[in-house]
Amino acid sequence: MTEPFQITIDGHPVPVTPGQTIGAALHAAGRRSWRTTRFGGRPRGLFCGIGVCFDCLITVNGRPPERACLLPARPGDEVTT
Amino acid sequence: MSDVIVVGAGVVGAACAYYAARAGLDVTVVDRGPVAGGTTGAGEGNVLVSDKEPGPELDLALLSNRLWRELDRSVGGFEFEAKGGLVVAETADVRLQLADLAAKQGIQHENVPAHALRDLEPHLADGLAGGVLYPQDAQVQPMLAAARLLRHSAGGRGGRLPGGGAVRLRLGVTVTGLLRSGERVSGVRTDQGDLPGGAVVNAAGTWGGRIAALAGVDLPVQPRRGFILVTEPLGEPLIRHKVYTAAYVTNVASDSADLETSAVIEGTPAGTVLIGASRERVGFDRTTSPPVLARLAAQAVALFPVLRDVRVIRSYCGFRPYCPDHLPVIGADPRAPGLYHACGHEGAGIGLAPATGHLLAQLIQGHRPDLDPHPFRPDRFQAEESR
Amino acid sequence: MLLGDWDLVVIGGGPAGVAGALTAALHGLRVAVVDAGARLGGQYFRHRAAPPHSSTPGFGRFLGQVRALRERAEVLTEHQVWSVTRQVDGRLTVHCAARDGGRERPVALGCRRLLIATGAHDRVLPFPGWDLPGVLTAGGAQALLKGHGVVAGSRVVVAGTGPFLLPVAVGLAEAGARVAGVYEAGGGLGLARHPLRALGKAGEAAGYGVALARHGVPYRTRRAVIAAHGEHELEAVTVARLDRDWRVLGTRRVTCDTLATGYGFIPQIELGVQLGCDTRHDADGSPILAVDHGQRTSVPGVWAAGEPTGVGGWRLAELEGRLAGLSIAAAAAAVAATAPAVAAAAAVPTAANAPVPVPVPVPSVLLRRRRSARAFAAALLEAYPVRSGWQGWLRDDTLVCRCEEVPLARVREAQELGATDARSIKLLARAGMGWCQGRICGYPVACLAGEPPAPPRRPVAQPISLAALAAFDEDGTRTEPHTTEDPA
Repeated sequence: MTEPFQITIDGHPVPVTPGQTIGAALHAAGRRSWRTTRFGGRPRGLFCGIGVCFDCLITVNGRPPERACLLPARPGDEVTT
Repeated sequence: MSDVIVVGAGVVGAACAYYAARAGLDVTVVDRGPVAGGTTGAGEGNVLVSDKEPGPELDLALLSNRLWRELDRSVGGFEFEAKGGLVVAETADVRLQLADLAAKQGIQHENVPAHALRDLEPHLADGLAGGVLYPQDAQVQPMLAAARLLRHSAGGRGGRLPGGGAVRLRLGVTVTGLLRSGERVSGVRTDQGDLPGGAVVNAAGTWGGRIAALAGVDLPVQPRRGFILVTEPLGEPLIRHKVYTAAYVTNVASDSADLETSAVIEGTPAGTVLIGASRERVGFDRTTSPPVLARLAAQAVALFPVLRDVRVIRSYCGFRPYCPDHLPVIGADPRAPGLYHACGHEGAGIGLAPATGHLLAQLIQGHRPDLDPHPFRPDRFQAEESR
Repeated sequence: MLLGDWDLVVIGGGPAGVAGALTAALHGLRVAVVDAGARLGGQYFRHRAAPPHSSTPGFGRFLGQVRALRERAEVLTEHQVWSVTRQVDGRLTVHCAARDGGRERPVALGCRRLLIATGAHDRVLPFPGWDLPGVLTAGGAQALLKGHGVVAGSRVVVAGTGPFLLPVAVGLAEAGARVAGVYEAGGGLGLARHPLRALGKAGEAAGYGVALARHGVPYRTRRAVIAAHGEHELEAVTVARLDRDWRVLGTRRVTCDTLATGYGFIPQIELGVQLGCDTRHDADGSPILAVDHGQRTSVPGVWAAGEPTGVGGWRLAELEGRLAGLSIAAAAAAVAATAPAVAAAAAVPTAANAPVPVPVPVPSVLLRRRRSARAFAAALLEAYPVRSGWQGWLRDDTLVCRCEEVPLARVREAQELGATDARSIKLLARAGMGWCQGRICGYPVACLAGEPPAPPRRPVAQPISLAALAAFDEDGTRTEPHTTEDPA
């Protein structure tokens, strides 16, 4: 898997360089937040970038939330916000 | 000098201070740690009537249930939720036993047939035989409850309730001994000086036996460890009531030292789900036991399959103050005049705290108590031994 | 699923873990390495395998070690360790949640010895607006760049304290970001008197200085970002001039789309704490695992290396990993010498032709090198203390705990209600109760409580699904109590 590929966020394509996590690919594409907090509705994206802070939780392929900064992107992954 | 020294700033100590101060007594609460640093800080906040056998503890629980509702109105700020408890039965036999118990308890309840369970809890597993709904069961956030009761009693820093006694809070102060005037207990000795008082209340929870020992009297309060799992916050609440299986009632009443677990599951205002309950007598050992956590998880998933993919983000353990007959110790200790006990509530301390504080304030003032405190008398264990 | 009976399980595949695992494997031990990431390397060697990052010092050697390791040991990536328990027979079980195409699967590794090489993460301080998207930790910005080839932003401010700010700023500038400034909250007279110079690393400091100058990046001391602004994303920061206690003397606004911030590092030691390992406080106040000259913790069979024993960078981590590997091999050999049949079988349960462990002396030259590297690390920590004035940057509505959205006002309210320590602030205000379990807010909350940060107690070290936890295999994994705590 060495060729660039795509994932989608709410149906919009996002390019991925092989080896990138979903969080890195979204951040590179200018998407800096993909969820809101449950009390204040504050936007959240990457913060610690290494799996510690859980700010970047994301829903991929309808599964329970994962840390976007740890989750390797796979071709065709569908992110929903 | 205070009228009353309360040892322990958990929920029971807080309730004792609250009712004593409301009666016009000056109170000093002393704790070696912070507010709610012991078993209160490890509790789920159960305010249950459903799990009590008919008898003195149920009477105490009913009084307490009424008092918690009053406190929610007069003090508030501790997430009181009158959510109701749902006890579910896995088999028809157990369902009959539950219905039997509910009839004997003679408290508000509703027998729920199998087909109606999901009207109450839409995500319950298939194949359950039915259950009993207890609308009076409730929940509080126990740490906040203790803190708010103390704060309210003090009416501000070092203050007092209108018409009430003053309440002082001495945290980080360790009781090292008891003061005596002749035979009478007349205060506590601490690592930061003596605190004289007209009466001393032992509200030290699981460590209540230690305070009793300082007075030279025996109080057989032992730790009974419990683990709780806490899930990630859910996007939408999945569980409406406090839901537990019939085995919980049996386990609560059991005398076994070995591990016992039953499913006790509920949501919280913070969005998390709390999953209990385990009981084992292993001393004050805080070592996390993955097999126990695994059993709690398995029971939760069996009852609510919807929780399968929900993550546990933490667990904690606490030490219930266990007495051999499962009843709390409330009242004056005839073996040490001036010393009162309010401890040993096992897993029901949050629920029973207001009634305990209320009764104790009445006893300290020499008033006739609302409930007969005889079943909770501190010297009952000795009597059994010498029998 | 219980996987094997390993002579050694190493948790963490950074420089310490890989060096430790490889050293032990080369001495004939059966070794497994688990790491939460998709690749080995940890935070320092987190590069994609391809250039252009191969010029990073030590990276080539690290890749060589990884290649050698893969031939001799089991390497399990995307395995998150949530618990380590001791069985009744003294063996350890490492409980992991593994990822399989998105599904979580419980995996348990049985072992005789454990090496904790779990690294560290950024230590951050709260300030108004610090949860705006575009505010990243310094390590996070570095991870994006080195691990993913992603430049964190186009106009970037780097702020905090410590020498790590320099490579982060240089890396961003060289990758094409406009770095509006590096703001070091600590004192000193700028790069000319940078503590790296005093510590005999003049070349390193000068190199960063030259690189920053080449890209026109200003480096200012006694400055900090004390607020972040923006509607939905970061648009600007307030940079303050500070006195020596970090109280604000004056402010100005700097436009930027990205902030990379860090105030040192927090060693990840919760697995050691779970096992009951003794801890102590490092020069910067961080709780760390106490180890002896052979990297042994106070708990039999448990070693630690790298940042969990004190933040010191990749060179020291690798050195400690090697020392730990040698010490572990020596321990295995000692067992083999006393009970040859049993231990040999234990050391090489499958491969009959594998080398039999032999006694391994720890070379004194390594011990000397470690001593001097440790002294250097401690001096660096002492050169970059966090001063209490940062607490004045907060407003009542500033979030202290990001997960539970707990503002400063609620922390103060909890304190008024009788929360006299960090733990009871957590119980009353919920700070630290959320997803990250206080990894981010634990340090600031301890500061607000006026106490040094306590060793982290996280019985569930990583989130695990109820289904995976329920599937936990009870066979042979009964835990042995290690403390009979008597809090009276």
